[in-house]
Amino acid sequence: MSRVPRLIPYVAGRLVQAAAVLWLAYTLTFIGIQLLPSNPITIELYNSSDGAGINPTVAAQMRAYYGYNQPEIVRYFVQLGEVIRGNLGWSLSAGEPVSRAIVNALPSTLALAGAAIVVAFVLTGLIVGFANLSPWPRLRSGTRVLPPVFGSVPPFWVGIIALEILSFRFGLMPVTPNGSFLSLFVPAAVLSLLLAAVYTQVLLKSVDAVYDQAFIEVVRAKGAGKYWVFAHHVVKNAAGPGLTVLGNSIGLLVGGTVVTETVFSRTGVGTVLFNAVSEQDIPLVQGLVLIVAATYVVVNLLVDLVYPVLDPRITSPVTALAVA
Amino acid sequence: MSGPALAREAEPEVQPAAVRRRAPRVRFSAGSVSMGLALLVLAVIVAWLVAPGLFTSFNPINGAAGQQFLPPSPLHWFGTDAQGRDTFTRVVYGTRQTMLGAVSGVAVGLVIGSLIGVVAATTRGAAGALIMRFVDVLMAIPGFLLALCIVTGLGPGTLHVALGVGISAIAPFARITRGEALRISQLEYVEAGRLAGTSSPGVLLTHVLPNSAGPVLALIPVEFGAMILNIAALGFLGYGAPPPAPEWGTLLSDGRNYLEQAWWLTTLPGLVVVLTVLAIARVGHAVQARFQI
Repeated sequence: MSRVPRLIPYVAGRLVQAAAVLWLAYTLTFIGIQLLPSNPITIELYNSSDGAGINPTVAAQMRAYYGYNQPEIVRYFVQLGEVIRGNLGWSLSAGEPVSRAIVNALPSTLALAGAAIVVAFVLTGLIVGFANLSPWPRLRSGTRVLPPVFGSVPPFWVGIIALEILSFRFGLMPVTPNGSFLSLFVPAAVLSLLLAAVYTQVLLKSVDAVYDQAFIEVVRAKGAGKYWVFAHHVVKNAAGPGLTVLGNSIGLLVGGTVVTETVFSRTGVGTVLFNAVSEQDIPLVQGLVLIVAATYVVVNLLVDLVYPVLDPRITSPVTALAVA
Repeated sequence: MSGPALAREAEPEVQPAAVRRRAPRVRFSAGSVSMGLALLVLAVIVAWLVAPGLFTSFNPINGAAGQQFLPPSPLHWFGTDAQGRDTFTRVVYGTRQTMLGAVSGVAVGLVIGSLIGVVAATTRGAAGALIMRFVDVLMAIPGFLLALCIVTGLGPGTLHVALGVGISAIAPFARITRGEALRISQLEYVEAGRLAGTSSPGVLLTHVLPNSAGPVLALIPVEFGAMILNIAALGFLGYGAPPPAPEWGTLLSDGRNYLEQAWWLTTLPGLVVVLTVLAIARVGHAVQARFQI
């Protein structure tokens, strides 16, 4: 009962910290963009006129319309005010608000990322299980080789090979996504290798650490079999670091998504990001950076809040911080 | 001076004759075999980097007419591409671009990151906290996204890619250096150094920095492998070295256009990337085990 009141200042503090991180991220991208030689208007004018340039008065009107005739500091505060109200600006390359461009791309990416996380969980479970419980020593040590291999394989390379075999050799899967099971599962499986590499490496290490503890001996001495020990004692005690790394893997997921979506010709946040970057659509890039950073911050906050629920030894995130 | 010589003279008498005659039974553990293979792979990569001309007689830029899309053979180990160039040759020559990018990227991340970390650990009050918030921001922006933005700003090219991936590696180096520096600066000998009258930059340079080096150095192979993958991914997206120059990521993305005709164009160069990163990971694992992190 006393937990909840203690939690409120903690959560409030973390939210303030998260907001500060997001504000800094936004400010740093803004400063970084000002250092670039061009701005969105000059780029758009260049692109839309095929490099010929247009009437200077029209260009000046456009600059005034989008607010680029004002000094940077004014523009910074105007934009920041808009962002706080939820307006991420106007994407010149997509011809729609930044938020709509992102929201439209979101479902496909969420499906891909969600499926990838599920596949990564299954892979992690299988590898950690086999590495610890398999009755054959060779299989036990053999499965431990897999995580570093997963981590060393460029995802786009696996994707290309999967396309080559499944689409071109056997014609099992269309080259462009058509909504079938395989056209979601295969990209998700490719993306999941990256995640599974990180999850398994962390979990194998923490499982080994738990097996080294004295209480495992006690449980064994009381007559528990190895499956019982693993399921009832090891997994619970080893899951914590896995949870933390789950939060940190958001970053990996973003990079992996850009590449995976490109290989499998999926439209999603990754390809929107890639196009925004290559078209130098600065408002869109800025909006995406903000969204990604926000996701990272929120997921990590959730992980810290869930931690004490899963690990009763840590009574609240406050003590979790004290331990760490 | 005489110690080692004495020991060498005494040795034959200590060893019983029967033991000496028996041939030594050498058993390689799985760990030492994989370590040996990893070192072999890295040696080959370094040799490719230093003297690519020794490993192939073909030209990496100019192809031969009528030699397009030849499958792998004893002459063309990795086959040939759309312009009749030997793919193996392009992989060998491309090593330099990719490795140069990864090495300079690690250097950028290591130098800037560890400086930020040490300064953050030793600066008291608000300034230190502010520096770490800055690192938090860098952590919250995925490295690949940061690298992508930086490379777009600067334009394609190996050094720009290196700078991009390097800046995205600042945060992990800063974090681990800060943690280590905080731990070290609480130890007694650092306090003793301060009491002896050494200035704070002096204490930083002579005591804190060298002693926090272990775990920071152990991060290098991890980041190095990740950097090769990121550089390859950026090359794949079209931000690597401009077209005729060979580069691993660009090679893979070129091959993607000919999946139907020529499987070898992506599969075999990709295998080289995988083996390299795996070898670095294996060595990195050993280094980490040495430093207990």
